[in-house]
Amino acid sequence: MNSAQATWLSGGRLHLHHGPIDMILGIDGPGREAGFRRASHRFATLLQELVDDLPRLRAAHGPMPGGETARAMVRAVQPFEDRFVTPMAAVAGAGADTILAAIREGPEITRAYVNNGGDIALHLGPGTTMRVAMAGGCVELTHADQVRGVATSGWRGRSQSLGIADSVTVLAHSAGAADAAATLICNAVDLPGHPAITRLPASDASPDSDLGDRPVTTHVGALSRSEITVALDHGARFAETCRARGLIHGAALGLGPEMRTIGGLAVPSSPQQPDLTHA
Amino acid sequence: MADRVREEKIRCDACPVMCYIADGKVGACDRYGNVGGQIVRCDPITILDRRLGAGGEVRPFLAADWDGSLSGEDVFVSGVGAGTTYPDYKPAPFIVSREIAGADTVTVVTEAIFSYCGVKVKIDTDRHLGEEAAAVRAEGEVVGHVTTSEYGSQMLSLGGVDHLTGGSKSEGRTTCDALLRLCQGAAVDLDIDGGAPVTVQAGCAPIVNGKREERMRVGCGSAAIGMFASQWQGHVDDVVVVDDHITGVVSEHQAGKVLDWPDTGIRIKGRRSTPGRYFQVAGPGRGWGGTDIDDPLTILNPWLGKKGARPGLTLLMVSTTGEHAAYYILDDDLVPQPAKMPEILQASVDLIAQNCEPALCTVMFQAGAGGSLRSGVTRNPVLLTRSVQSGETRVTCGGADVYVWPGGGITLMVDVTAMPEGSFGYVPTPALVAPLEFTLPHEAYCRLGGHDDAVRSVADIVEKGGEYGSDVRMVKGKRDE
Repeated sequence: MNSAQATWLSGGRLHLHHGPIDMILGIDGPGREAGFRRASHRFATLLQELVDDLPRLRAAHGPMPGGETARAMVRAVQPFEDRFVTPMAAVAGAGADTILAAIREGPEITRAYVNNGGDIALHLGPGTTMRVAMAGGCVELTHADQVRGVATSGWRGRSQSLGIADSVTVLAHSAGAADAAATLICNAVDLPGHPAITRLPASDASPDSDLGDRPVTTHVGALSRSEITVALDHGARFAETCRARGLIHGAALGLGPEMRTIGGLAVPSSPQQPDLTHA
Repeated sequence: MADRVREEKIRCDACPVMCYIADGKVGACDRYGNVGGQIVRCDPITILDRRLGAGGEVRPFLAADWDGSLSGEDVFVSGVGAGTTYPDYKPAPFIVSREIAGADTVTVVTEAIFSYCGVKVKIDTDRHLGEEAAAVRAEGEVVGHVTTSEYGSQMLSLGGVDHLTGGSKSEGRTTCDALLRLCQGAAVDLDIDGGAPVTVQAGCAPIVNGKREERMRVGCGSAAIGMFASQWQGHVDDVVVVDDHITGVVSEHQAGKVLDWPDTGIRIKGRRSTPGRYFQVAGPGRGWGGTDIDDPLTILNPWLGKKGARPGLTLLMVSTTGEHAAYYILDDDLVPQPAKMPEILQASVDLIAQNCEPALCTVMFQAGAGGSLRSGVTRNPVLLTRSVQSGETRVTCGGADVYVWPGGGITLMVDVTAMPEGSFGYVPTPALVAPLEFTLPHEAYCRLGGHDDAVRSVADIVEKGGEYGSDVRMVKGKRDE
């Protein structure tokens, strides 16, 4: 069995990899080196801890698990008890939060991020800011913002989705909270029964899926502008209630050519630039 | 290695998640999958082995199983699964030395990310697919356009950098998806503005308007007259070969004249080009011979008695594929009446059909490899371009021969069906990823400023693999003898 691996990337970033987990870490401040050491040390056992609680984490209900990250996952999905969700909806974000917490345990960390496959936990010391690139543009976060987590969900992503959003990006107080909300808002962007949308039982695509036989989206065909608006309306309504309940700070929902933002999340509209970097 | 739970699912032990993976699926990591009951890394470097027989196309290959008997001439390390070293200041993932016919050669192996790429599609059909320059759509997005009509086929140009990265995000994504599926040999549904829906699959018959195209026409209407005139003589008084390009009439055609074929008083609507050859007899369409007509008699004007028309005169009308045919006899008013086709004429119609080749779709991947990728090959990129243009460096994609366009840069074209399965991938740029190999004499490689210190032997690569894992799969080259 392969164990956890750590590799340096360009720009002084650290890549942590174990099984399905890939995290990219960046740390600023005099305590940087020690921070990376704490992160790698914490990462070494992360996957095994999650695996130990896996049956509970794949179930919608059950006792509070023992592991630090597993408990955070259960707490992240608790506010959404009214609909089907398992703690796995928060696995990437909660994992990022755990590693970020390890980084923050020591002194002199001015700024840090843990990017777990697109779900990002942030530490912003006084006076620092961070630009986070997301679908549709960039958002700049400051120490004064309460945002410490950014997560994105979409039906094309590695995780399965019950909805049809190309991307839902959520800003929240932690990456775990953002991850859970993004998953559920993404599910809410939907056109039930639409013939252009192909779905398969989740367990067909991956036998261990926590979604069981629920139909996950495998293809979204051509939709009209008005259908896109209806689907985004569904998602935006749910995102608004999340914001009103204080679960998220903001969200950006994308489907086809349309982008909808919630909660004063100013997404600068950046004109599409052809990316010719590979030419 | 594998702990069986249910018959078809096996448990992966690559990491603590221990996914159960069904045959043909991958685990949560997207890296390990179940291929025929064994856990293998999904992106192994692919090596073409001329000694592998037909049948076992994909074999997981472990260094421990290797008998050490590979000789350089038998195997070719392909770029499939090689990975890339973009932005290419590093040497390409594999730089392989081997002997070919006694000469010391080097093959530089990489997977290239092609932002500038597309496919040229040749569709063997006479049916009207769309006007030249009409937009071609996949999933409602414009992914290319109709180009020229060729002999018996029609050409589409799909993809290209303007569709991939120059339009909307959704256009780029849809284009990339359509290109990827076409290159992987999957069937792709396309719609042509003002034309017909067509299903394209490399190496398979096109499906136009829901109807599978079986045959490619034997030639234009005039060519068909030339080929079959002598076989019709004595069995029928006149023959019209209906075609959307050139409709032929045997009694007027030069091929009939040299056989002293008598006049029949037939008159064709349309513009006469030379005797017995008519343009614009009908509009293009999906009826007889690629025209818009379902009743071939509509292309005839009243017959002229003074030019030879007479009651009882017989007429064969046939399309260029032999797919449509009808036999008529003029009545007392010189009006053609349908009649049962004599057997000898049916045989000639069948002969036309037999002379048609099977209609296929050809998908040629076209891409430019002229950019920074060259620096993974040599430290002086333009020397590589010149070496390729002079023929000293041979370029292949997954071991398949490519055509390199004369002129500047390295713009190549390759038949996707000649490449190993699983050759193509994509990155979200969006751009396609395809294997690419440069093979040249070792001495020339050093002269070009090659990364000579990164050169490794085939045996070393099979044993140790590369940066992206040590797994290797051995497949049979598709175009090997």
